[in-house]
Amino acid sequence: MQVEETKEFKPTIVAFCCNWCSYAGADLSGTNRLNYPANVKIIRVPCSCRVNPMFILRAFQRGADGVILCGCHPGDCHYTTGNYYARRRMTLLFSMLDFLGIEKERTRVEWVSAAEGAKFAATMNDFVATITKLGENRRLEDIRCKKQ
Amino acid sequence: MQRIGVFVCWCGSNIAATVDVQQVADELAKEPGVVYSTNYQYMCSQSGQQMIQEAIKEHHLTGIVICSCSPRMHEATFRKTAAAAGLNSYMVEIANIREQCSWIHKNKEEATEKAIILGRAAIAKVHLNAPLTAGESPVVKRALVIGGGIAGIQTALDIADAGFEVDIVEKKPTIGGKMAQIDKTFPTLDCAACILTPKMVDVAQNEKIHIYSYSEVESVKGFVGNFTATIKKKARYVKEDVCTGCGLCTEKCPMKKVPNEFNQMLDNRTAIYIPFAQAVPKVATIDPNACMMLKNGKCGVCSKVCTAGAIDYTQKDEYIEQQYGAIVVATGFNTIKLDNFDEFAYSQSPDVVTSLEFERLMNAAGPTGGTLLRPSDHTHPHTLVFVQCVGSRDISGCGKPYCSKICCMYTAKHAMLCREKYPDTEVYVFYIDVRTPGKNFDEFYRRAVEEYGVHYIKGMVGKVAPKDGKLMVQASDLLANDQLLIEADMVVLATAIEPDESARSIATMLTASMDTNDFFTEAHPKLRPVESPTAGIFLSGVCQGPKDIPETVSQASAAAAKVIGLLVKDKLTCNPCVAESNELMCNGCSACEKVCPYGAITYSDKEFRTPYRTTIMRRVASVNPAVCQGCGACTVACPSGAMDLKGFSTRQIMAEVDAICK
Ligand SMILES: Cc1cc2nc3c(=O)[nH]c(=O)nc-3n(C[C@H](O)[C@H](O)[C@H](O)COP(=O)(O)OP(=O)(O)OC[C@H]3O[C@@H](n4cnc5c(N)ncnc54)[C@H](O)[C@@H]3O)c2cc1C
Ligand code: SF4
Ligand code: SF4
Ligand code: FES
Repeated sequence: MQVEETKEFKPTIVAFCCNWCSYAGADLSGTNRLNYPANVKIIRVPCSCRVNPMFILRAFQRGADGVILCGCHPGDCHYTTGNYYARRRMTLLFSMLDFLGIEKERTRVEWVSAAEGAKFAATMNDFVATITKLGENRRLEDIRCKKQ
Repeated sequence: MQRIGVFVCWCGSNIAATVDVQQVADELAKEPGVVYSTNYQYMCSQSGQQMIQEAIKEHHLTGIVICSCSPRMHEATFRKTAAAAGLNSYMVEIANIREQCSWIHKNKEEATEKAIILGRAAIAKVHLNAPLTAGESPVVKRALVIGGGIAGIQTALDIADAGFEVDIVEKKPTIGGKMAQIDKTFPTLDCAACILTPKMVDVAQNEKIHIYSYSEVESVKGFVGNFTATIKKKARYVKEDVCTGCGLCTEKCPMKKVPNEFNQMLDNRTAIYIPFAQAVPKVATIDPNACMMLKNGKCGVCSKVCTAGAIDYTQKDEYIEQQYGAIVVATGFNTIKLDNFDEFAYSQSPDVVTSLEFERLMNAAGPTGGTLLRPSDHTHPHTLVFVQCVGSRDISGCGKPYCSKICCMYTAKHAMLCREKYPDTEVYVFYIDVRTPGKNFDEFYRRAVEEYGVHYIKGMVGKVAPKDGKLMVQASDLLANDQLLIEADMVVLATAIEPDESARSIATMLTASMDTNDFFTEAHPKLRPVESPTAGIFLSGVCQGPKDIPETVSQASAAAAKVIGLLVKDKLTCNPCVAESNELMCNGCSACEKVCPYGAITYSDKEFRTPYRTTIMRRVASVNPAVCQGCGACTVACPSGAMDLKGFSTRQIMAEVDAICK
């Protein structure tokens, strides 16, 4: 496929969504035809607590410009406590990334319920706008795996 | 190497209008491992599915990727399709190019590019899929109902009717719950005892139902289809199978000044007691906090008068272990404590009563034999003030933020009954709103106003002050914009209701979730209202949220239907996407066990060979696939990378990440 040369920077964004709330919320924003940019790609996980910090590092290493993790609202996790684990793990990871000089705006945790299609779209629009402003992620990217 | 087939769906024009499906199929055909790639109008249709099945057979596909609508929509469909063609149903992955692509993007080029990337991620994942088989676990054909109010009674009767064994565990000496205390019931005004007690007798006589009264559930282990509960039968110091319920002991017991909880402490009972005449089981119970014999060995009257020889002062708590396939929570409610509502003078004057106390005062079997008398001086009240929403819809933090739902209706009932029995009374009702949604409910309330002449006043009661045997009620009339001072003889508080105080510990025991008000949460607020999110746990009655009796009974029967649906199965198929530990990598650290919300992980010592031809014993984790729900919390907690989740393995997710970021 031919990808057109454009001057405009289009960030690559990975969104991890838990199956029970956020993935359903993302589906709902589709059902309601609520727009958000095409550079957001969703990976379905059973629960936000399935997301290993390693996945996020890997995404940055492979050239992602922003990574967002979405789960059920606190107290609503399908597995009762998964999102609390996720929140604690991400707090640690994000502060380490901050220490390494990765702008903390590049990572985010959001709670989106299955009913919040509009919130999902709004969150993604906002996240993409933030990352676009920040520009390309160069610090963690492994240039050896960059396709020229 | 897998042989992968790719099937791109148009979904009519839903996908095809914004995604160039031909281009997607062509691009994905170039991916490694893809041996077949096509597109079709409706993949989920009969002919679409047939096409997939033929392709699986013809091209010997080992994995398929469907680019279509959300997996939440048709994952199950396509899994069945694959299975019918002889392909393991977990060798199917779905790229969501409708809800998460064509429906949100307008630019066809962008949408097509995204669809290709999503397809690549699914292909990368399916490369690492392994066939999975759903395990099976047996179902114990017996149900446990916790709580013996009308909710628990109805659920148990319905389950027993279908032919299954049911145990009711009730913490009080008798079943019946709050409904046994109520006088008449809205909206028909039939007496609660007349409709409840026959049901209680049905329970007692039903061979399939066993009542553990004066008992509590100590612990619950296990999972759907196979729970093990330990029930604590508290010592009642009376042999249940010997006692005939004659009541002679209660007449002769010298300890006559024990507050009677069944009458809301409005009168006294003896230390050995039967809560009320129609109690089920009709067996006496000795209150160990009041009995002289149990406290200091002096007395023993009851054992002397009991002709049946049922008294046993040496009885001990008994523990019974029993297996169940399903558990129903029916723990009901209580009225809240009024400590935060000093303005109503509840603690200062006995003539300020709660609505439940008022029920007892009106009840023919109550402390006054059904004659409405003021608790302070036993005189007939002439002016009564009812205050609605006491502690309900209160966001100040003193009460409860929710509407207790039943108070508008029972206050109308109380006011009406009062006027009917005693036409000489003046009855005032202060309300914020009158809420009467329900069959024949608004008609009922209008009758109170129009036929019975109850004075409904929109406004708040600011203060109740006892003065010279009267109650001075200061209130505002919001519609007339007026301040009122009413000299009342009695004030009745429509007190908010809250879940039983044991609800939280029961929820923890069952790993069932509850909301911030301690009401049990349903699996889905609209579509699965009687199931808890935890498999095998069902909800019945007010423990799930405020309800009146008709609603409680419908929910109770609905819960029973769900339980029956579970118990008729001989085996349950489990979700095969569960965690698994690699014993060679596990170091036995317990990190995974600590985060598992279901207690699915256990440890055992296993023998391993070393490179030096010796063997060593090591502690390793193993996951019970029937208990694991597949959340994945443990996989991240494991420091050795030993724990992985089938269907969402670390390598699979990494492959998706790589495909997206390429
Ligand atoms: C003043 C008042 C008047 C009312 N009037 C009407 C009316 O006129 N019409 C109408 O339709 N509704 C009326 N209601 C509502 C009605 O009382 C309830 O809808 C009904 O009682 C709910 O039944 P339940 O079984 O869910 O709860 P409950 O009646 O509370 O029963 C729960 C049972 O579970 C037991 N239990 C609790 N925790 C445990 C535990 N951990 N282990 C074992 N057992 C446990 C309790 O002891 C109790 O027996 C009125 C309510 C009040 C407060
Ligand atoms: S995946 Fe979740 S439920 Fe299963 S063993 Fe791990 S922590 Fe427990
Ligand atoms: S966390 Fe990992 S290493 Fe530790 S016991 Fe569990 S599986 Fe074994
Ligand atoms: S299932 Fe959504 S965060 Fe756990």
